[in-house]
Amino acid sequence: MTYDEVRHFADSWGLIVMVAMFLLFIAWPFRKGARHHHDEAANMIFKDDDNGRS
Amino acid sequence: MDDHERERGSDAEQGFATMDDLVLKAGGWLGLALVALVFAALAVDTPFAVHMIIIAITCMIALWFRVSRADYAGMARGLLKMPADQGAYDDDPVRWGVIATIFWGVAGLAVGLYIALQLAFPALNLEIEYTSFGRLRPLHTSAVVFAFGGNALIATSFYVVQRTCRARLAFPGAARFVFWGYQLFLVLAATGYLMGVTGAREYAEPEWYVDLWLTIVWIVYFVVFVGTIVKRREPHIYVANWFYLSFIVTIAMLHIVNNLAVPATIFGSKSYSAFAGVQDALTQWWYGHNAVAFFLTVPFLAMMYYFVPKQAERPIYSYRLSILHFWSLIFLYIWAGPHHLHYTALPDWAQTLGMVFSVVLWMPSWGGMINGLMTLNGAWDKIRTDPIIRMMVVALAFYGMATFEGPMLSVKAFNSLSHYTEWTIAHVHAGALGWNGMITFAAVYYLVPRLWGRPRLYSLRMVNWHFWLATLGIVFYAASMWVAGIMQGLMWREYGADGYLVYSFAETVAAMHPMYLIRAAGGAMYLAGFLLLVFNVWATLAGRVREEKPMTETPHNAAADRPLAPVPAE
Repeated sequence: MTYDEVRHFADSWGLIVMVAMFLLFIAWPFRKGARHHHDEAANMIFKDDDNGRS
Repeated sequence: MDDHERERGSDAEQGFATMDDLVLKAGGWLGLALVALVFAALAVDTPFAVHMIIIAITCMIALWFRVSRADYAGMARGLLKMPADQGAYDDDPVRWGVIATIFWGVAGLAVGLYIALQLAFPALNLEIEYTSFGRLRPLHTSAVVFAFGGNALIATSFYVVQRTCRARLAFPGAARFVFWGYQLFLVLAATGYLMGVTGAREYAEPEWYVDLWLTIVWIVYFVVFVGTIVKRREPHIYVANWFYLSFIVTIAMLHIVNNLAVPATIFGSKSYSAFAGVQDALTQWWYGHNAVAFFLTVPFLAMMYYFVPKQAERPIYSYRLSILHFWSLIFLYIWAGPHHLHYTALPDWAQTLGMVFSVVLWMPSWGGMINGLMTLNGAWDKIRTDPIIRMMVVALAFYGMATFEGPMLSVKAFNSLSHYTEWTIAHVHAGALGWNGMITFAAVYYLVPRLWGRPRLYSLRMVNWHFWLATLGIVFYAASMWVAGIMQGLMWREYGADGYLVYSFAETVAAMHPMYLIRAAGGAMYLAGFLLLVFNVWATLAGRVREEKPMTETPHNAAADRPLAPVPAE
């Protein structure tokens, strides 16, 4: 693959795939029913407060 | 056999210590020391010989520890090594890391103050090569970024990954290797700079053999971190670990690609980059800017996402926003590097690409800042009563300021004025002192009583003093360098009616002298605040608790503290 081919791939299919992945990743937490899961994840750090002994 | 016993069994297999095993390992260290001595003898330059001797000494220390700490009585009786208690966290490397953070912090800040004074009073170069600005400057940047910051990141990542995975650190021996291996890397880098060994790559000055060593240490770090995540007892991987993991992975990639080089000889410290010309420049700034992104931003955000909610005792404002923040930084930051090469031989489209991605980064960065600050929503009074929260809030405020200023400076029109001036220095230090420094101090203050099992810090009021000294120090530092930078930029570009430049370079240097003095004063205040941290941590470790007035009084009005007697209507 020459430099030229790489850059044409990068600014066409590469770009599309990256943007699609990004949009998917940031949309995922906003899917229906994810709220409860995220509340739990956010509060998880408070479960353990005594260096693993509690 | 319950779960606990099963783990005990598998651990014992790994920890089965015999005399043969000990002899093999001790012999291995001795062999490595001998190889290092052979390299020292064959060295073609003195610094390389010095470094090989340092490595040989390190191997001998490791050998001595291995032999003197071995459980000979246990081996004689054929006992199994006591397996680690899987019900408690492995905090030794974290404790060492906190102490190393403090040690290197003092060194890095003191050298920074010294070179700031050198800029104001050049006689302080002392006319000795070892204390010249050119050698001390990389010592300062590496000491604060990689030694102070790096140790803080390794320590907090080991602390946070265990707590959020609710699992003991995987591969305890490897975790210890990461800590001590990283210290060896720092010692080799620091002594190398003083002896004039440099690859001359910004924030990546160590030479090829030190780079190879760091690569090994870093891969082991990755294995320990991922190993701990794999053995987690929590179904969800907390978002702080995403930030830490992306830091470990990306820094490995950046470090390896940026340092691709061919040594002139394997017995010497000199190497030549695999790239040349503008490709080399772009590689360096692809690395350089992402060192800022994935060393000084992303993992410190991991600290923010764990320590701010813990200290505020409330969950992060929006967990979804933290995920949005994460993916935006991951997808955008890696492209921002070319903004360091505006108006150079780099193709225009690449410069514009770097500029556009930098500007786009502003929004997710502020999203993250807002997420951290809004975590205090409903508990804003803690800013008044808790100096550690106050440090976190100021850290986030500086994160916001630096991530606004950065995109602004990356715009070509701004950059033509700001580039190569002290404005850049102001920007870097607003970020480093304000964001990285303050969030690290807050994390250290959070960790110390917990790691050493103390009821609380020696003195909270001293934390308050540290807070104000550091904040005012940053204000002096950044404000003076903003003024110096804009002045310098304007003087450089001023043409007279005759078409010649109005000022010579030396005149711009002379004009900045007062600003250099103010900057040094700001740095001295910041260092003074840090020395209070050193004392406070030392006293806490010594088990002392200072008798002092609490940070807040709950007012009690005795006159108002009574029922209202019914008053008959008139």
